[in-house]
Amino acid sequence: MRSAREFVADFGWPRIIIFFFLIGLFIAAPFVGVRIDTSISDVLNRFGQNAILVLALVPMVQSGCGLNFGLPVGIIAGLLGGTLAMQFGLTGWLGFAGALAISMPFAILFGWLYGSLLNRVKGDEMTIAMYVGFSIVTFFSILWLLLPYTNPSMVWGYAGQGLRTTITLDGYWAHVLNDTLALRVGESFKLPTGMILFVFLCAFIVYLFFRSKTGTAITAVGSNPDFARAGGVSVNKMRTISVVVSTMLGAAGILVYQQSYGFIQLYQGPLYMAFPAVAALLIGGASVNKASMANVLVGTLLFQGILTMTPSVINSVLKTDMSEVIRIVLSNGMILYALTRKTKVSK
Amino acid sequence: MSKKFNLRRFAADNVVVIIFLVLTAAATPVSGLSAGYIIQEIVTRIGRNSFLVFSLILPVMAGMGLNFGMVLGAMAGEIGLIFAVDWNIIGVPGLIFANLVGLPIAVFLGWICGEVLNRARGREMVTGFILGFFMDGLYQFVVLYLMGGVIPMRSAAITLSRGYGIRNTLNLDSVRQSLDRLLEIRIAGVAVPAATLGIIGALCLFIVWFRKTKLGQDMRAIGQDQVVSNSAGIPVERTRIVAIVISTVLAMVGQIIFLQNMGNMATYNAHRQTGFFAVAAILVGGASVTKATIPNVFVGVVLLHLMYIVMPRAGAELFGSAQIGEYFRDAFSYGAIALALVLHAWRKQRGVEIARAGLRGSAAEGVGVKEAAL
Repeated sequence: MRSAREFVADFGWPRIIIFFFLIGLFIAAPFVGVRIDTSISDVLNRFGQNAILVLALVPMVQSGCGLNFGLPVGIIAGLLGGTLAMQFGLTGWLGFAGALAISMPFAILFGWLYGSLLNRVKGDEMTIAMYVGFSIVTFFSILWLLLPYTNPSMVWGYAGQGLRTTITLDGYWAHVLNDTLALRVGESFKLPTGMILFVFLCAFIVYLFFRSKTGTAITAVGSNPDFARAGGVSVNKMRTISVVVSTMLGAAGILVYQQSYGFIQLYQGPLYMAFPAVAALLIGGASVNKASMANVLVGTLLFQGILTMTPSVINSVLKTDMSEVIRIVLSNGMILYALTRKTKVSK
Repeated sequence: MSKKFNLRRFAADNVVVIIFLVLTAAATPVSGLSAGYIIQEIVTRIGRNSFLVFSLILPVMAGMGLNFGMVLGAMAGEIGLIFAVDWNIIGVPGLIFANLVGLPIAVFLGWICGEVLNRARGREMVTGFILGFFMDGLYQFVVLYLMGGVIPMRSAAITLSRGYGIRNTLNLDSVRQSLDRLLEIRIAGVAVPAATLGIIGALCLFIVWFRKTKLGQDMRAIGQDQVVSNSAGIPVERTRIVAIVISTVLAMVGQIIFLQNMGNMATYNAHRQTGFFAVAAILVGGASVTKATIPNVFVGVVLLHLMYIVMPRAGAELFGSAQIGEYFRDAFSYGAIALALVLHAWRKQRGVEIARAGLRGSAAEGVGVKEAAL
């Protein structure tokens, strides 16, 4: 009894409510004419699409930098990789791998700069990260117009310069991960095996990373910077590494997202991308200073599940589109809950 | 406070102002806009925006940082205006009616905001920002689903054809510029909305007076050090809530003034940028997270909006694309906020040496101690 109560207190009421809400949605689905197999297929697809972006938040949470509202920094690196790979005419697997390879140096450079900045503003990371994210997205909006891209499928047709707002990946690497080993059952169920495996691979690499010497040091810095410093760990270095890893994962995450979505979204597209990722991580049970792989996977599945199910189910029940309101209240309510929760000190 | 400390602080504060000055000074001649046009625009925008920006001053005084939760007040003002239009109350009485409807909502939302921020000490800004998003969802729920249904609406013209929910754009013709036109003085061809500016002047006097009251002094004390204030018998949590409530109410009035000048209202988007513009303006005016004055507001509104006026034209002249100018000004506004926040946090981190120079630094030094004590 006591352990159950402790579990509830630890896991938090909002998450339990969300969990049962999702179960309720799945139970209600057949009664309002929503196909379960299509729904599950959609949920899995969107899970794979978003999971790495959520995973990208973990290193910074662990190192005590808080929730990375500056995720767009990594996303921009990914966008650079993606657009450059297209510009070089790389297609298929080569295109996706090329985009990843090209984006990594940018991610490391941006991450290092971003990390050095965050090291100077300890305690205010989250607000500043948010505005660094906004700044870089708007700054790159200028560059997307000015950079000398020439590939005709990317630039505006009439002007011959300046990238389009959305660029289709058809003929490049759209669905390249999704279709690998994809498992079709019946008409409407498709398991994007390749993408899910890639997500698990990334999660496993991050898991291993946090078991390594560096990873342990990062966690130590996040738990208690003074103690870590006394133990001979360079706090700033570890924080920078965590930001770089986070930025690299953000770049990889957006590339996976795009190949599944089929489009590259530029300009203001990435402006608010950090918020749903943060909400997903928190729904999975993470707090502002602690996150695990389980939090990532569970949270993304729950959050994307609700995002997929509410439009179809709730709309059929209420005959009106309430999903937008539910999405806003749910995701931001979850972030608010995490920000206002008294952080437990168990030392 | 030693003189050297003051000087360095002054220079650091004004980095953002200087960047904006240089930028707009360079862009203004390029844009090719006439001086008369620019001055008219600036005067209009001072009347339109400064009230909103003023709503940020009190929470800064109380040490709660920039109140991104001010959008809650903006939403309350919008709900007031929806009712004023629905009841078809014309002109200034309509604005007063909107304020009366908005007031209880703003007080209630402000109280909620204060309670939430009290639970998120040390990260008030990011929490206020997210709270704005959260309330945006609730606002959509109320305005899009309840109004016209659960909440009766009299006018069919403002409800959606399906019978409930308010239309995307609300025409404010009935109150359009009623305050600005109430007392319009022409000086050298420039129309000056004297009534609006008079109200803003009254607000300045209120803020000057408020600082000297017991409550104002309490807020300043809390802004300096919560632990000391607490042991001095100041009800810290209550005073912080009062600061946010006043700020939210001011934001409500400010949004009504803003919208009566615009003449129409994007029902679901009008408040989304409010916080961003107000925060950018006050920071561009040289304010920081812990210090904001009346001149900061005016300097900021003038500089930020000067840039917003000239940038698209300058972009069009220089690159042949107004879009670049628009992205440019957005990037610089976001960048200005980021830079101002970074400079402040940076200084806070070097708090140990600053602490020696004055009281302000001790706030940065004793965060951990404070949380333990409260």
